[in-house]
Amino acid sequence: MDFIPPDFTPAYSEIFMLAMVCVVMLADLAAGEKRRYVAYLLTQATLLGCALLTYISFSADTVYTFSGMYVDDALADILKLMVYGTVSAVLIYSHRYVTDRGMLSGEYFSLILFATLGMMVMISASHFLTLYIGLELLSLSLYALVALRRDSLMATEAAMKFFVLGALASGFLLYGMSMVYGATGSLHLADISKAIENGVNSHEVLVIGLVFIVAGISFKLSAAPFHMWAPDVYQGAPTAITLFIGSAPKLAAFGFVMRLLAEGLGEMSADWEGMLVILAIMSMAVGNIAAIAQTNIKRMLAYSTISHMGFLILGLISADWNGYSSALFYVIAYVLMTLGTFAMIMVLCRSGFEAENISDFKGLNKRNAWYAFITLLLMLSLAGIPPLIGFYAKLAVLQAVLNAGYIWVAVAAVMFSLIGAFYYLRIIKFMYFDEPDTTEPIESKPEVNFLLSVNGIAVLALGIFPQALMGLSLFAIQNSM
Amino acid sequence: MLFGFPLLSLIIWLPILFGVAVFATGGDRNAQLARWIAFAGSILGFLVAIPLYTGFDSAASAMQFVESHPWIERFNIHYHLGVDGISMPLILLNCFITPIVVIAGWKVIQNRVSQYMGAFLMMSGIVNGVFASLDAVLFYVFWEASLIPMFLIIGIWGGPNRVYAAIKFFLYTLLGSLLMLVAFIYLYHTSGGSFAIEDFHQLPLAMTPQILIFVAFLLAFAVKVPMWPVHTWLPDAHVEAPTGGSVLLAAILLKLGGYGFLRFSLPITPDASIYLADMMIILSLIAVVYIGLIALMQADMKKLIAYSSVAHMGFVTLGFFLFNAYGVEGAMVQMISHGFISGAMFLCVGVLYDRLHSRQIADYGGVVNKMPIFAAFFMLFAMANAGLPGTSGFVGEFMVIMGAVKVNFWYAFLAATTLIFGAAYTLWMYKRVIFGAVANPAVESLEDISRREFALLAILAAAVLWIGVYPYPLTEVMHVTIDNLLVHVGNSKL
Repeated sequence: MDFIPPDFTPAYSEIFMLAMVCVVMLADLAAGEKRRYVAYLLTQATLLGCALLTYISFSADTVYTFSGMYVDDALADILKLMVYGTVSAVLIYSHRYVTDRGMLSGEYFSLILFATLGMMVMISASHFLTLYIGLELLSLSLYALVALRRDSLMATEAAMKFFVLGALASGFLLYGMSMVYGATGSLHLADISKAIENGVNSHEVLVIGLVFIVAGISFKLSAAPFHMWAPDVYQGAPTAITLFIGSAPKLAAFGFVMRLLAEGLGEMSADWEGMLVILAIMSMAVGNIAAIAQTNIKRMLAYSTISHMGFLILGLISADWNGYSSALFYVIAYVLMTLGTFAMIMVLCRSGFEAENISDFKGLNKRNAWYAFITLLLMLSLAGIPPLIGFYAKLAVLQAVLNAGYIWVAVAAVMFSLIGAFYYLRIIKFMYFDEPDTTEPIESKPEVNFLLSVNGIAVLALGIFPQALMGLSLFAIQNSM
Repeated sequence: MLFGFPLLSLIIWLPILFGVAVFATGGDRNAQLARWIAFAGSILGFLVAIPLYTGFDSAASAMQFVESHPWIERFNIHYHLGVDGISMPLILLNCFITPIVVIAGWKVIQNRVSQYMGAFLMMSGIVNGVFASLDAVLFYVFWEASLIPMFLIIGIWGGPNRVYAAIKFFLYTLLGSLLMLVAFIYLYHTSGGSFAIEDFHQLPLAMTPQILIFVAFLLAFAVKVPMWPVHTWLPDAHVEAPTGGSVLLAAILLKLGGYGFLRFSLPITPDASIYLADMMIILSLIAVVYIGLIALMQADMKKLIAYSSVAHMGFVTLGFFLFNAYGVEGAMVQMISHGFISGAMFLCVGVLYDRLHSRQIADYGGVVNKMPIFAAFFMLFAMANAGLPGTSGFVGEFMVIMGAVKVNFWYAFLAATTLIFGAAYTLWMYKRVIFGAVANPAVESLEDISRREFALLAILAAAVLWIGVYPYPLTEVMHVTIDNLLVHVGNSKL
């Protein structure tokens, strides 16, 4: 029997990543405690290498490989490039934080790279199994990262909660997948889509499977009512890890949702639209209302994430290219804002002092006017005030929702974002209207300072000129779906 | 007319760039530099706006000084600017007020000067953008962006209760505008993918959508005007804001709401506007009469003027919904005149506040003995506020009352009561503050206005008298546009 080797080209970046994870681990062992920067630089080099590989293979064509289990299309390439950039920024932002807290170990880097690999697989999967493998690779790495500070009671508790609920969600997802498999007889997304189009014997089984899949997805997206883990994990995890959990995995989760719902179960959009509307409205309600009561900034941002995920889900309910590209734009904008916000929290942390409370932002304008201004931009962008990118993200999603005819959903969405504006304004209030508790200067590394400035300016610049990013989102969706 | 020259862009972006330059001067060590850059920026901003008036063709009904470039192709959004007889005077008013607020904060603001001055310049550019935008999204961007500087101005440099006032101001305004955004997107889809305001004007709409859109617009604009019963943010914001903030708020920001009615509500939903006109007129009359009575009761000067602003803006909305040329033109004149008068009134209160740090009427008395020049100016503005013939306050109110008589005598009758109430609350306050015996020993130590303050008040006094005696240059430019608007509103879109 002849063995035909599969086409590896679409997966070059994943293969390179996998090889480099091992290299990073070994190199770190060899370099030892004193020269940890070797692992750091190697990790950044890996991300750069992956970016180059992905960039070279970038095209509007869709290529399947590994017997159709793996796909390389425009959406995958664009999401992966965003993931690399985000992870790289996370590493830069959190470097001082993890160093100060003794978390800078070889495992830190290899876990982050493994998680990144998991995200890449999720984004490029076109088969239930690859989707699941990617998701688990990401989730397991994240559980370990949250528990990286073994001696911290909060962190271990958060990791435990994250693990138990995450495992439950994965179980849901698998159960749903098995039902869809039972109804359609295939694990390939393309075949499933075809089978549903041609009609299946038992629509009920399919719908029940869909319910479980949607529930599993909602867990991963932290959409209400499956959001309970998010506030605890965001608060309990070390801020650097919260930054990681809150940023790049959202891009991967978006890719995951697109593969599952749009590509695989797109024919059932009439069934999942209604579910998503409920999830979206509940997320926006729970997220925005619960965020008001928080005093811990990380917890508040967790609730804010929940509400943003609600908005993101809204983009999907129209189930057409218009809505999908709006949701993609939304998730990119959201990741950009989250990166900056958590980075700012870490800048406020000093060794031996955790910036945890909203009141730690007190008087920031007097301590460092530039940082206060960047935070102002980030907060207003999160609140969806023009001319910042967050506004265009909301605009894009709202127009998709209205286009699909859900006028009352759009009205509810804007009312909840009005409630949401309050707690973002509260941070601005602390920064600008209150006197600082401490006059200690804020110090940060020049590269953090630079990146944070770029991040803040990007929120403004992409808000004034959003066309490029919107065009990119449109390109990704139109060439992939 | 200057063809091809992007005059409107210049008017919008010049103050914003100067604002950035002012921010860049940094901390309070460079305060003097920040002040002078801000001053130069505001004066230049006014100078570049003058060609807008001289080059304006008052016989044309189409938009003038039009600029249009694709901005966000994804949603067919354009950077589309242009002015007509409604927006042009408002832009001039804004450019005129900006130097005044910059100078008003010259000495008073000693803390974070660059941020204060920068915020005002940014605000000036943004507001010009609101008036000049012909694309709904561009309009919305400027409209919401104007919240940010004002929020910071109230919150940083305001009075003791400033945080409450700033957040209330922000959320109230946001509430209205978010629904307006939904309405815009609805219109975008109905018009087949255009955000151009002029396309919205031509768009046929059934009655139910018209009413819903009208209500969405109403919330946005009524909060800004502010109309009764969504006016409660205004007294709070005014009382807490620094003098410059109050002037800007009263003179310019309230006009955004009035402008919105003329640019959006009336032409886009004419049938709903006519259908709901009685409701609007009644709300306006409540503002005129009831808020006028509330103003009578105030012990705080700023609050009193804030309530009087609500009452005067009631005239504006009343005029709009009479649907005749007297009403709408009168309302426009009233908007411009209110910009001068309320700005001047807040400056007068600011002059007193800077000296005694009190806004309570009871803390004053006998000020005329110590500040005769100031008392004279204050007298003029108080009379204008009460609507004395010969001042700008009279022209607008008189025209609106004339318009109201044509529609319904009782509307006119109720509106005319403002001439009594307005005189009562303004002059009673004036009497208690300025005349009488010196009640407070601190009043003894008052010094009359400085040359800087004199210049500010003199310029505003000239403007008030000019519009009062010879309003023709103002009504001339808006006449054709308003006639055109009324014809447009008269044609049903059903």
